[in-house]
Amino acid sequence: MSDQTYVTSDPRGSITQLATPSRLEYFFTAGTSLSKNLRGYQRGQFIGQRCPVCSKVYVPSRGSCPVDGVALTEEVELKNTGTVTTFCVVNVPFAGQSIKIPYIAGQILLDGANLSFMGLIQECELEEVRMGMRVEAVWVDKEDLVPSLASVKYFRPTGEPDAAYETYQEYL
Amino acid sequence: MANRVAVIGIGQTHHRSKREDVSIAGLVREAAQRALDDAGCTWADIDAVVVGKAPDMFEGIMMPEHYLAAALGAVGKPMFRVHTAGSVGGSTALVAAHLVAAGLHQRVLTVAFEKQSDSDAMWALSVPQPFSAPLLAGAGGYFAPIIRAYMRRSGAPNDVGMRVAVKDRLQALKNPYAHLHLPDISMKMVEESVLLWDPLHYLESCPSSDGAAAMVLGSEQAATVAESATGRRPAWVHGMAMRSEPTMFAGRDQVNPQAGRDCAKDVYAQAGITNPRAELDCAEVYVPFSWYEPMWLENLGFAAQGEGWKLTESGATALDGGDIPWNCSGGVLSSNPIGASGMLRFLEAALQVRGMAGEHQVEGARKALGHAYGGGAQFFAMWIVGSERPN
Ligand SMILES: [Zn+2]
Repeated sequence: MSDQTYVTSDPRGSITQLATPSRLEYFFTAGTSLSKNLRGYQRGQFIGQRCPVCSKVYVPSRGSCPVDGVALTEEVELKNTGTVTTFCVVNVPFAGQSIKIPYIAGQILLDGANLSFMGLIQECELEEVRMGMRVEAVWVDKEDLVPSLASVKYFRPTGEPDAAYETYQEYL
Repeated sequence: MANRVAVIGIGQTHHRSKREDVSIAGLVREAAQRALDDAGCTWADIDAVVVGKAPDMFEGIMMPEHYLAAALGAVGKPMFRVHTAGSVGGSTALVAAHLVAAGLHQRVLTVAFEKQSDSDAMWALSVPQPFSAPLLAGAGGYFAPIIRAYMRRSGAPNDVGMRVAVKDRLQALKNPYAHLHLPDISMKMVEESVLLWDPLHYLESCPSSDGAAAMVLGSEQAATVAESATGRRPAWVHGMAMRSEPTMFAGRDQVNPQAGRDCAKDVYAQAGITNPRAELDCAEVYVPFSWYEPMWLENLGFAAQGEGWKLTESGATALDGGDIPWNCSGGVLSSNPIGASGMLRFLEAALQVRGMAGEHQVEGARKALGHAYGGGAQFFAMWIVGSERPN
């Protein structure tokens, strides 16, 4: 090891770190079951699959029920409405963020589904959102529909009475 | 029957938001050298190396264990890499312990690290996928709704999380290695910090740290050699368990995951523990967001379901006056070099039963739990270490 020290005349001192922005492009291979779900978004529909053993409906479905270890074959179209099981208000900026903060990220349990997923909630004041709130999906214009959840612009309150806690507590 | 496993050497870096003076290799080397010194051995005495860190995308270096082989003295020796997201520091220690328990090696060096200043964890955790909306906003965005569900389910008062945030930061003041040293921490300060992921405040969340952790795990014979060379007694592994469950399935209890309950049951059975609150002297549990203390108190059987927050509220989990102190080191809330955070829990448990925890020592600690969880709370790793050789 050398005990030579490196002297710099730059008043900012020596360089210890370099930011090197990188990007990653990848192909996403959806597989049979998820393809059905994604094509559903392209038509403005929520498509899930029912387990032949436990009868639970998965949206999105990854093609099998992790509990029973069986393939799912029965396709189910779900309604446009659901319940906010829980939520948080995001108020933190991060690289690549596409939504203006603060925003509400809700866990949405579609009517007839047995798995919730995260959805943006809008047309709702931050103070108004609550567990059990009833919501409906607002889709992008027909010509803008794509095979991804980006086809759902957001969820908004329907104004119906809140769902009873008992109806969604096992999905928390 | 497995061979006994001892923790014979422990090392960690001082955890900081930026370690500009070292590369990743320098960081891991620092922790590893301290563990070797503690064990009274040299690089040549190590038979194998087991490395863990959070996903490679964080620092953007694919399979960094290859580049770190030289810094960790692993060239020409067996080297393993473990991947279990945030729980990886715990799982890595367990994989290393298994190699000793199986009788394959005398001394295994295990190292875990994260250099968050070289990475963008928020970005790495928020990758767009066609079947999910780009809302996640990092780990806090994932866990905050689950915390809200816990609050609703248990009826806990809103300030329980803030109590944990204060308690762990006060305990961190007694740990010179901890990243956050906030002598003025108070309930008011936590409450007035930004609500990053409502209901979670900024000060109820873990920091972003650079740091590494290392241990030398040895056989019974290696433990005898180390103790006579250094005069420091080892910690003995009394139980070790890992469990996992899928992130998404119908009826999954995300607040109180089954994999965590099963893992705890297994590790207690191995260590002969029936009442963890009474029989353990302290615990180092992975609590990256304040509310995970009451949630894991229930998941790990220290309290009945819905009652965890009462232990926190009563002060039972505080180093100062509590009967079952949690995270005497300040925990993940005070230092979070992600990949290393789980191993820090494991090695802090070992420090306690060796009587080497310094100012944050629980007097006379004889049995301690080390715990880590990761991913969408689907990976769990635990060990119980004791001052006495197990039967
Ligand atoms: Zn099923």
